[in-house]
Amino acid sequence: MTALLTIIIVLFVAVAIWQMVKIFDLAQVRTDTSDSGIATDHDNNINGYLMLGFLVFIYVITIICFVKWGDLPLVYNAASEHGSRIDNLMIISMLVIFSVQTLTQFLLYYFAFKYRGEKGKKALYFADNNTLEAIWTIIPVIVLAGLIIYGLFTWTSIMNIDEDADPMVVELYAQQFNWTARYAGQDNVLGMANVRLIDIDKANVLGVDEADPNAQDDIVVKELHLVVGRPVMFVMRSQDVLHSAYMPHFRAQMNCVPGMITKFGFTPTVTTKEMRENPDMIDKIQRINNIRAEKSTALVAEGKETLDPYEFHYLLLCNKICGKSHYNMQMNIIVETQEEFDAWIKEQKTFKSSMTQFIGEDPLPLADKSMEQITE
Amino acid sequence: MSTHAVDTHAHDDNHGHHHKETFVTKYIFSQDHKMIAKQYLITGTIMGVIGVIMSLMMRIQIAWPEEPNVLFEALLGKWAPGGVMDADIYLALVTIHGTIMVFFVLTAGLSGTFSNLLIPLQIGARDMASGFLNMVSYWLFFLSSVIMIISLFVEAGPAAAGWTIYPPLSALPMAQGGSGMGMTLWLVSMAIFIASSLLGSLNYIVTVINMRTKGMSMTRLPLTIWAFFVTAIIGVVSFPVLFAAALLLIMDRSFGTSFFLSDIFIQGEVLHYQGGSPVLFEHLFWFLGHPEVYIVILPAMGLVSEILATNARKPIFGYRAMVASILAIAFLSTIVWGHHMFVSGMNPFLGSVFTFTTLLIAIPSAVKAFNWITTIWKGNLQMNPAMLFAIGFVSTFITGGLTGIILGDSALDINVHDTYFVIAHFHLVMGISALYGMFAGIYHWYPKMFGRMMDKNLGYIHFWVTAICAYGVFFPMHFIGMAGLPRRYYTNTAFPLFDDLADVNIVITVFALIGGVVQIIYLYNFFASMFIGKKAVQNPWRSNTLDWTTPVEHIHGNWPGEIPHVYRWSYDYSKPGHDEDFVPQNVPLKEGEEELQH
Repeated sequence: MTALLTIIIVLFVAVAIWQMVKIFDLAQVRTDTSDSGIATDHDNNINGYLMLGFLVFIYVITIICFVKWGDLPLVYNAASEHGSRIDNLMIISMLVIFSVQTLTQFLLYYFAFKYRGEKGKKALYFADNNTLEAIWTIIPVIVLAGLIIYGLFTWTSIMNIDEDADPMVVELYAQQFNWTARYAGQDNVLGMANVRLIDIDKANVLGVDEADPNAQDDIVVKELHLVVGRPVMFVMRSQDVLHSAYMPHFRAQMNCVPGMITKFGFTPTVTTKEMRENPDMIDKIQRINNIRAEKSTALVAEGKETLDPYEFHYLLLCNKICGKSHYNMQMNIIVETQEEFDAWIKEQKTFKSSMTQFIGEDPLPLADKSMEQITE
Repeated sequence: MSTHAVDTHAHDDNHGHHHKETFVTKYIFSQDHKMIAKQYLITGTIMGVIGVIMSLMMRIQIAWPEEPNVLFEALLGKWAPGGVMDADIYLALVTIHGTIMVFFVLTAGLSGTFSNLLIPLQIGARDMASGFLNMVSYWLFFLSSVIMIISLFVEAGPAAAGWTIYPPLSALPMAQGGSGMGMTLWLVSMAIFIASSLLGSLNYIVTVINMRTKGMSMTRLPLTIWAFFVTAIIGVVSFPVLFAAALLLIMDRSFGTSFFLSDIFIQGEVLHYQGGSPVLFEHLFWFLGHPEVYIVILPAMGLVSEILATNARKPIFGYRAMVASILAIAFLSTIVWGHHMFVSGMNPFLGSVFTFTTLLIAIPSAVKAFNWITTIWKGNLQMNPAMLFAIGFVSTFITGGLTGIILGDSALDINVHDTYFVIAHFHLVMGISALYGMFAGIYHWYPKMFGRMMDKNLGYIHFWVTAICAYGVFFPMHFIGMAGLPRRYYTNTAFPLFDDLADVNIVITVFALIGGVVQIIYLYNFFASMFIGKKAVQNPWRSNTLDWTTPVEHIHGNWPGEIPHVYRWSYDYSKPGHDEDFVPQNVPLKEGEEELQH
């Protein structure tokens, strides 16, 4: 209904604009050139002032955006070690951008206003100036050199995963339209896996090689738990189409590509509990819950169920178009202390114990397919 | 000079044609570049209307998710049961909107129109090097447009894998309904489109190199021609690579090859594909895909340079630097494609290389922006609608271009990749900017195309409302992008975390609807002026280029007599020592007058 109303309003605006045009037409002083389609001094004047007005509009919309929607949770409050490095680079880049934007837009629109045309005036014949050209070539070169060097150092430090730090290895497995995680278990080595080994009957949904000794202690779960302060290395796979594992709070993203393994590593620094107590986050969640409460009242009026109040969770989203339910492919991430993590992981079934449910005591000789067979 | 002899000959040929011209040869299978330009423009306009309506439907869905809407019911039919948009068709709208706007409107509609119209007229040629190939080029474009439209009506829905059609999503009909017949038609349509584009580009290149009139050296070419010329070269270099990618994808889809597919388990079965890589497709796609954005923006830059100088009554500032930056942008555009793939899983070292080359593009872009600003400094600005759009172009190009510094930086891209930040960036820098360039060109050369003037007051309203709406739509989008909202989401309601972005999305949609509706004023102005517009004079904007020396009524061969000779560059506006504030290129130097050395 609101949509319909808006469309009607837009149509009214259109009619209003139409009427304004008529006024514009009637207000024209009828001279020889007034209806020739070529700008007169009168037009130059009006549009010159509008240029100035538009400059103000750009500044105002910038300020409004910053004030209203500028609580950029993705520019500060990073929840990972490398995240704050990205945030610093982001803030520096934004400062550069906004100063250039403010200055150049001012020059453009101010000149457009100041030098609006007048009959009989002659423009300055000024076609070239090597000094000026040099200035605005060299200044961007210097600024960009700085940004490039800073950016490349940051990028390299993020992408070069330090294997010596003994990161916890976790497989992120994507499929239309959900995520699964596989922990490497005691040995911290993931068992081999391939989609050709998927056996739905045995609930081996990730195609883990039942014959691989490393696979026996793997743990397959639907919720991602990370340990605060402990590096984690994600090994990503997809079984069908491209997906992208996007974890905005950790400033982490990597595509999941069928037929190949991609990796991304980081160290979480803020537990879920701590993030929920962060004042900025409390504000944001409060805002969200006010909106949800408002919506709920409307829903109750319609006789529908209310929305649950929202509690903050770190999120894993899919960020590469992957089909119909792309918009709802998500998994919660919980960052906790080592003790909490240990307690949680102990309750999860290992791959071996989930297999024995189907095939008895010892799974090794009974596997119908293994990595060796399919790679032959 | 030998070229001159060829010109006279061509003129005789065309003169012969003139007598046996029928309705079909004049309006339909025309080989006259001016008519072909108009055909491109009108086809592009029709496609543009479709593309814009699609974007408005997406915006309504995002602002009021899953609410019934009469518009959806009317336009989407079975895809909007009860007026509620289906998730599949949302992705199809995303895909077809992108495809239509990038290729059919801003490549064919912009470059096709103005390259065809202006290359022969501004370099002093009777027509394109090959009128026949030019005609074939248009009709292939028309055919590909028709196929693209037909693809909207197939049973399982149109292509819906995004305009980038990454496999496996685009390769497997079981992954998505749109990847069946819809995708087949998409690929066929694009293959024909590429053929059309290549024929056009080759024609432009040959014409610019071989058919310039006497005295029209490369350094006297208007910047429009430089832009079209270099655009055509980029097209010839990069479009065939997309053709190859499309062909290989067709092989994977229909003949069981595994170029892009490997290890796939879908709907309970393992597929036979092994050894291919979707990342290979991404490389091939973006090898065209990135140069493509310069194919879109360079012609707009050329038009804007010309229009700014003419209406500022002032020479373009730094002609040599402008040409050099066009060449630099063209060169760099072919070695930056990997910045679309920082998180694709390719080697991070490659990411470093592409960050470096990408950020370098900011340098020639900055030079151009400052030169445009200096061009209007101390000018005598004639605020015609074309001039407003040209100034608007510089503004949105700067706003949109600056955020490229963030997206081109691999470390920062990790977090804003594929969010609304990207949408805001590229819509401003290549969508809105290129559209402004196109509008500027249409308002400016309308008298040349149709012999009549467009209504300037409607033009003013069109510009100011569009300008406000363009910023109103895309500026806030940066912020929801930085809040982590991914693009191509049918609705954001699945994530309570994004609930507080609902109000921004409504604001954006309202701006989009107003901006969309105001284009009706433009369409009315465009079509009605053909019949009721005031008759144009020969050189209404008092411009220097050769196109304004041809008669208002179109004739085959462009000039009734000999082709004018050129004695100076095209930017002698307000030159001291002349009474008028413009000196056309075909006016010989006065005694003792020096030509500006550039």
